[in-house]
Amino acid sequence: MAAAMAAALRGPGARFRWRQLASAGGARGAARGAAGQWDYDLLVIGGGSGGLACAKEAAQLGRKVAVVDYVEPSPRGTRWGLGGTCVNVGCIPKKLMHQAALLGGMIQDARHYGWEVAQPISHNWRKMAEAVQNHVKSLNWGHRVQLQDRKVKYFNIKASFVNEHTVCGITKDGKETLLSADNIVIATGGRPRYPTHIEGALEYGITSDDIFWLKESPGKTLVVGASYVALECAGFLTGIGLDTTVMMRSIPLRGFDQQMSALVTEHMMSHGTRFLRGRTATRVRRLPAGRLQVTWEDCVSGREDTDTFDTILWAIGRVPETKSLNLEKSGVKTSPISQKILVDSQDATSVPHIYAIGDVAEGRPELTPTAIMAGKFLAQRIFGQSLTLMDYDSVPTTVFTPLEYGCMGLSEEEAVARHGQEHVEVYHAYYKPLEFMVPGRDASQCYIKMVCLREPPQLVLGLHFLGPNAGEVTQGFALGIRCGASYAQVMRTVGIHPTCSEEVVRLRISKRSGLDPTVTGC
Amino acid sequence: RPPEDREEVRRRLMGLIEGNRVMIFSKSYCPYSTRVKELFSSLGIGCNILELDQIDDGANVQEVLSEISNQKTVPNIFVNKVHVGGCDRTFQAHQNGLLQKLLQEDSAYDYDLIVIGGGSGGLACAKEAAILGKKVMVLDFVVPSPQGTSWGLGGTCVNVGCIPKKLMHQAALLGQALHDSRKFGWEYNQHVRHSWETMIEAVQNHIGSLNWGYRLSLREKSVAYVNSYGEFVEHHKIKATNRKGQETCYTAAKFVIATGERPRYLGIQGDKEYCITSDDLFSLPHCPGKTLVVGASYVALECAGFLAGLGLEVTVMVRSVLLRGFDQEMAEKVGSYMEQHGVKFLRKFVPVMVQQLEKGSPGKLKVSAKSTEGPETIEGIYNTLLIFVISDPCTRKIGLEKIGVKINEKNGKIPVNDVEQTNVPYVFAIGDVLEGKPELTPVAIQAGKLLARRLFGAASEKCDYVNIPTAVFTPLEYGCCGLSEEKAVEAYKKENLEVFHSFFWPLEWTLAGRDNNTCYAKIICNKLDHDRIIGLHILGPNAGEVTQGFAAAMKCGLTKQQLDDTIGIHPTCGEVFTALEITKSSGLDITQKGC
Repeated sequence: MAAAMAAALRGPGARFRWRQLASAGGARGAARGAAGQWDYDLLVIGGGSGGLACAKEAAQLGRKVAVVDYVEPSPRGTRWGLGGTCVNVGCIPKKLMHQAALLGGMIQDARHYGWEVAQPISHNWRKMAEAVQNHVKSLNWGHRVQLQDRKVKYFNIKASFVNEHTVCGITKDGKETLLSADNIVIATGGRPRYPTHIEGALEYGITSDDIFWLKESPGKTLVVGASYVALECAGFLTGIGLDTTVMMRSIPLRGFDQQMSALVTEHMMSHGTRFLRGRTATRVRRLPAGRLQVTWEDCVSGREDTDTFDTILWAIGRVPETKSLNLEKSGVKTSPISQKILVDSQDATSVPHIYAIGDVAEGRPELTPTAIMAGKFLAQRIFGQSLTLMDYDSVPTTVFTPLEYGCMGLSEEEAVARHGQEHVEVYHAYYKPLEFMVPGRDASQCYIKMVCLREPPQLVLGLHFLGPNAGEVTQGFALGIRCGASYAQVMRTVGIHPTCSEEVVRLRISKRSGLDPTVTGC
Repeated sequence: RPPEDREEVRRRLMGLIEGNRVMIFSKSYCPYSTRVKELFSSLGIGCNILELDQIDDGANVQEVLSEISNQKTVPNIFVNKVHVGGCDRTFQAHQNGLLQKLLQEDSAYDYDLIVIGGGSGGLACAKEAAILGKKVMVLDFVVPSPQGTSWGLGGTCVNVGCIPKKLMHQAALLGQALHDSRKFGWEYNQHVRHSWETMIEAVQNHIGSLNWGYRLSLREKSVAYVNSYGEFVEHHKIKATNRKGQETCYTAAKFVIATGERPRYLGIQGDKEYCITSDDLFSLPHCPGKTLVVGASYVALECAGFLAGLGLEVTVMVRSVLLRGFDQEMAEKVGSYMEQHGVKFLRKFVPVMVQQLEKGSPGKLKVSAKSTEGPETIEGIYNTLLIFVISDPCTRKIGLEKIGVKINEKNGKIPVNDVEQTNVPYVFAIGDVLEGKPELTPVAIQAGKLLARRLFGAASEKCDYVNIPTAVFTPLEYGCCGLSEEKAVEAYKKENLEVFHSFFWPLEWTLAGRDNNTCYAKIICNKLDHDRIIGLHILGPNAGEVTQGFAAAMKCGLTKQQLDDTIGIHPTCGEVFTALEITKSSGLDITQKGC
């Protein structure tokens, strides 16, 4: 009851629906048992987290399944194996490089804890990159084996629709294969966007598709954009000792709580990342020595300025991989604005037996675990008895910036917009992680806030945590909030001492009170 | 606004609250204030009224008042120094008789409350009572250890417990991080050594600042702090003896015993002369060298773990089981990880004699031990002997017998009812001295605060000792909440339980090349109650951080279904709980395969 109420209160209201729940559940009688007139019961286009999860689940349910996956090389020629963005050019390599940067901080801390580390300390990009890439390759291999184990047929081909049940695949060498299936799931994800209107952007810039696969250190780097990808990359580059600048046009971490976002960038600035705000790049040129000269413009004054970098990383957003699919042949409709595929609450597209999950689907959070769960549930709905829908609300996530930011539920702005300032109570605290004390680390951005409804029992609408291990801290609370936790219930939880997460159960000061939210003593 | 100003206002307000039987902070136009004034006048009780809208610094007063009482609005009513609340609360108190009770109270004593013991629980209780307008004293005195170690205000947690141990655990983790860092591309001279002295100085500096912070916060809240040993001499009267032996007596209406525990020695030849305990380790001026740890409590394993992590040769001598009271499957895994990382275990042995071979810092000790199962004896040479066998509550030398407070004669613990009240109605007890309650800082703090609010603040919430999460900061951390598997089986029977479990491989461990079948998570579900989760256990990095939020979820009645419906945060360790599929009863393999 409480949970349902919570969902209702947090939910954004009715979602776009293409049709009634016509093909809900497992009642797909025609193709039950065998693949019938089609080669496969299920064809999944895209071997990323969501696609693979869906394929494996369907195979587990005894279905004949194929996955087609093809990585179009990036403009710089970077390519990778099975597993999609998360494994190859996303969560995994980025968290490992984030860890490398954190370890740099720990080496500094270690002195204060008695470890005598001789100078100089330097970082070897090549060594890190090789280790990271080897790990990614082992994961690629693991995904291949898992498909094999579950008897999912895997094709390394680039797919496009021929008709609503048939897909044509082309191999690297141009060989064509036709595959037909009763059900088709599109899970092709997205790729970084290039600002092609900027002179030199495509020729000289790289994206997150390339950064993790660079053999040599990127050197002095300009990161353009203020998405979480941009800030995470800038964060770890700074952390391993590179001269790093972030250029952004407007606000950091759009869509996230803006107070938290401001603290994230403030922390990055105090740790050496440079920020150029309110600027847009206008052109990139290669200097004779090979370095890159970037020119930008101040959005307000229009004044131009320029600097030289070794690497330019575009992190200005992502575009869905829908162009090469020949969707018009299948009848699947996309959003004219985002190019993403329009889906209903069942993940079905405008064509009932074609589904879309993950980053390619309109209105979905672009997160690996969401895609995985959506993929599993989808397979269970198509082939099992399940009716379970994916609940896209209140998805927890963490931004792995140098000071990590974990969040769940509504931002303060969103809560106020939905419920009104008068009905929202925000509890907050600035705290000091114990481990920061000995090395004298600055904790001025370690901050927590819990956004609640003001009326008792003060249902928790959102939780925002900035500090070390934010992901680990947030996960459990995410669950509590889903279960419909109230502020009072969270406060009745006894802390685990001494941890950072115990500060969450000790949030006593409301913003409204105007009292000092700095935590002192135990 | 300058702080002196604020302090001045606070003093003025406290004076008003303490000097008046009924004190009403009001606004002349406020209808609620009028109702309260009418109530008291109808009862024929004179009251002092301060109209905030009619004084110059009314807004300022209201702000400070909200700090004192946690209430922002008027009317704000105090009766006999107790914060009653606003209009509704006052009428409620009138209806349920509390108001009459408060009005009858008379303070013939020096203090409203004396807290014996300045540890986490005692301080929390004292401060909360002071916030509620009470006159409070804290008596705290650290009897030096046999090795002469002593410390400041704050009790075990701050001085010889959680804080220094977590910092030293962190030092050991950083050692591991240094090791890992090379695999992540960091390059520096291979030769890295650890300086015990540097670490101790840093840790002790931090503790010093915390001691100071506690002193300051007591002063801010006008709690009288006396650095003397407290001992009851008669009812409502306590004798305080300071370091110089000077005695002073104080009386109070109510007492809280929060004296905590101190480690016990073994009672064998040579132990008090040559051995140290957790009381001494965290301020030990020299590196302990080759160390024998006696005992397998969580503190014992935590200390053995960080000493080994700092590069010392460590042996743990265990009479019977590891981490008694904790889930034994998890405890064994904690132990085996330590064993793989260089800690030696001598199982089923107890020391019988300690001899000094050489003096020094550290010296050299010969330890003789005998088997608990047979006639076998062994000897070993160590630099330091660390004893963590058992702790005794500090209840036998505080004059409890003079006023008739009952203790459990066997273990010295104080039995209390569900509102932490002893058999003597005006004496209460919290923290580690309690019988059958978890010995954890946050529990003591929670109990102390709630006790003060019940005693002086018209609140009724009791401390809930169920589903208390905790973490053991061994090299591989262990976090848990709820029941161990053994306890769960005992309470619910095996056939009514389903246990889900999994190994997991933290992403950060992959590059570092650490074992992939070490970190482990399990949950215990009650099949008779919607698969409600009654026990949650995790062994892995940051286990404390991971467990906390799940504990909050368990407070809300977490079920397996809800766990399954929750989306993981990728890539973290905590997400393992959202993907538990294999039951123990299925017997399926949970090991992670290699590449």
